Amino acid sequence: MSSPLLEVRDLIVHFYTREGVVKALDGVMLSVGRGEIVSLVGETGSGKTVTALSIMRLLDHNARIVRGEVLFEGRNLLQLSEEEMRRIRGREISMIFQEPKSALNPVLTVGFQLREALEAHGEEGEAALEKVLSMLRRVGLPDPERLVNRYPHELSGGMAQRVMIAMALLMRPKLLIADEPTSALDVTVQAQILELIQSLVREMNTSVLFITHDLGVAAEISDRIAVMYAGVVVEQGNVYDVFEEPLHPYTRGLLAAIPRPGRELMAIEGEVPSLLNPPSGCRFHPRCPAVMEVCKRVKPRLVEVEPGRLVACHLYGGE
Amino acid sequence: MDLRAYVLRRLALTTLVLFGVLVVTFLLSHVIPADPIGAILGPQAPPELVEKLRREWGLDKPLHEQFIDYVCRAVRGDLGRSIRTNRPVLQDLLEFFPATLELATASLMLGVLVGVPLGTISALRRGSWIDHAARVFVTLGVSTPVFWLGLIMLMIFYYRLGWLPGPGRLDPYMTPPPRVTGLILLDSLLAGRLDAFYSALRHLAMPAAVLGWYAAAGIARITRSSVLEVMRREHVRTARAKGLLERIVVLRHILRNALMPIVTVIGTTYGGLLEGAVLTETIFAWPGLGRYSTGAFLYLDFMAVMGTTLFIAVIYSLVNLAVDLIYAYLDPRVRYG
Repeated sequence: MSSPLLEVRDLIVHFYTREGVVKALDGVMLSVGRGEIVSLVGETGSGKTVTALSIMRLLDHNARIVRGEVLFEGRNLLQLSEEEMRRIRGREISMIFQEPKSALNPVLTVGFQLREALEAHGEEGEAALEKVLSMLRRVGLPDPERLVNRYPHELSGGMAQRVMIAMALLMRPKLLIADEPTSALDVTVQAQILELIQSLVREMNTSVLFITHDLGVAAEISDRIAVMYAGVVVEQGNVYDVFEEPLHPYTRGLLAAIPRPGRELMAIEGEVPSLLNPPSGCRFHPRCPAVMEVCKRVKPRLVEVEPGRLVACHLYGGE
Repeated sequence: MDLRAYVLRRLALTTLVLFGVLVVTFLLSHVIPADPIGAILGPQAPPELVEKLRREWGLDKPLHEQFIDYVCRAVRGDLGRSIRTNRPVLQDLLEFFPATLELATASLMLGVLVGVPLGTISALRRGSWIDHAARVFVTLGVSTPVFWLGLIMLMIFYYRLGWLPGPGRLDPYMTPPPRVTGLILLDSLLAGRLDAFYSALRHLAMPAAVLGWYAAAGIARITRSSVLEVMRREHVRTARAKGLLERIVVLRHILRNALMPIVTVIGTTYGGLLEGAVLTETIFAWPGLGRYSTGAFLYLDFMAVMGTTLFIAVIYSLVNLAVDLIYAYLDPRVRYG
């Protein structure tokens, strides 16, 4: 296998808050291949967005990347200067967000904000406007000549997200990070947006890191899937394999918690731990049905149990 | 909404507000237990004279008739005659107001030029030494009494160091430029009198610095909190994710959105300054509205009091109108709302 487009290695991120140090990411391992759509799934607060913002280096000021590497085409993004990183944002890696309407600046027109994305990388003038209009057409927005003069509050959520997608893909980035792009939308609109993202990135051969808490959405859109729990990627693999035969006890619990007709709904016992004071060893051990003595002491590493199949659990190949 | 319709509606509202102000001032100045005629003529005045004057000024009529008379004259620009100066009140106001306008505008410019950058930087660099220094500047500016600051400045820069001239608007031996606008800076430029311009500028420096500090403190405080609030919004993250230069993110996506409350505080500050800063004007012997109105109050010069109040209300309304129009320009959601 050739080297992946993006590889996150052993990423540790802490937030310094008034209550103490929140150990938000605890050694995240993740990879996205060229042209691949990878879903990062997990509950709220499991560190999906923090992972995305660390890749973009857009974390808030109270966050510190303690350790780790973010390799993008072999270059460690965490070691670039601010100016080098700025040139990557929007051009090589771009991002769309959960709330499309608040992700747009309310006092600037749609067209202005789209052109800005080109201007940031030196493309201006008539050609830039043409590019904006054709991209708006490609994301399925009617009458782009009028749309560019409108303000975000005049758009519906679905339209705003299409604008965001157009903005993110204007520079034909190699990687698109989509942070819950459909969670705030109506179900019917959701399906359209998913389809749109899928067809556009296939066309442009753009890779996607798709963040969602919705396993159904993840199953639909992705090639591979990575499951996060309390700041750790616990399982990673082909989407069919993970859904067919989940290895990690947390993934099994998560899949059992999807309501299906004719089957009893299972909940995972206990609660998501506070990351101010996370459990020792495996962070899932207080809730794990298969907990062993070793789980309380030693943190399991993410190991490859089959080609392309990774899991961080003492039940497999464990020391 | 159409901008013209918006302005017309605002103007109509302003008229209502001004009418309200008239009612209140009129009532207040007529129900206070003080007799302006007694104040002028003294206790030994012959009753026939008192009666004559009372009739002459319409004070013998019922209150509502007096009010209607006053409003009818005020609409035509006749604000009555001042007891103290024995001149039409409007003429007095037009003579005293330019000095205040000059001082207020200079102070506001200082306040904006210092306050907005200071507030922005201290929000962007929250917790840094510059933020702490700014907080000291703001606290001192808001809490130091202006008369004290004015006296200290006069003592240091005029009396001790002699760097700046003392009270007044021009050097005493200098002939003022011909009066066109009443703003000495502008008039001296119009007359090509650079010596007068320079002298006026030096006289303006200290009172403007005193009031400017006060203005800058308020503006910096609001700017800081508004910028802090906008910095956390999601569209700022989008702007950075596009790869925009940090300078552009700050100016276009943070400061631009933070302007609404800043414009509000600039407006109210300007309104307050235009009303005339009584203490500052007194200390620096500045012949402005503040000194005129205190004089009027102390002499029970009730025509002048009502005239001044109405005048100030008009100025406040104009400033408010300007602020509202700037709002509509700044935020499309107001325009359509």
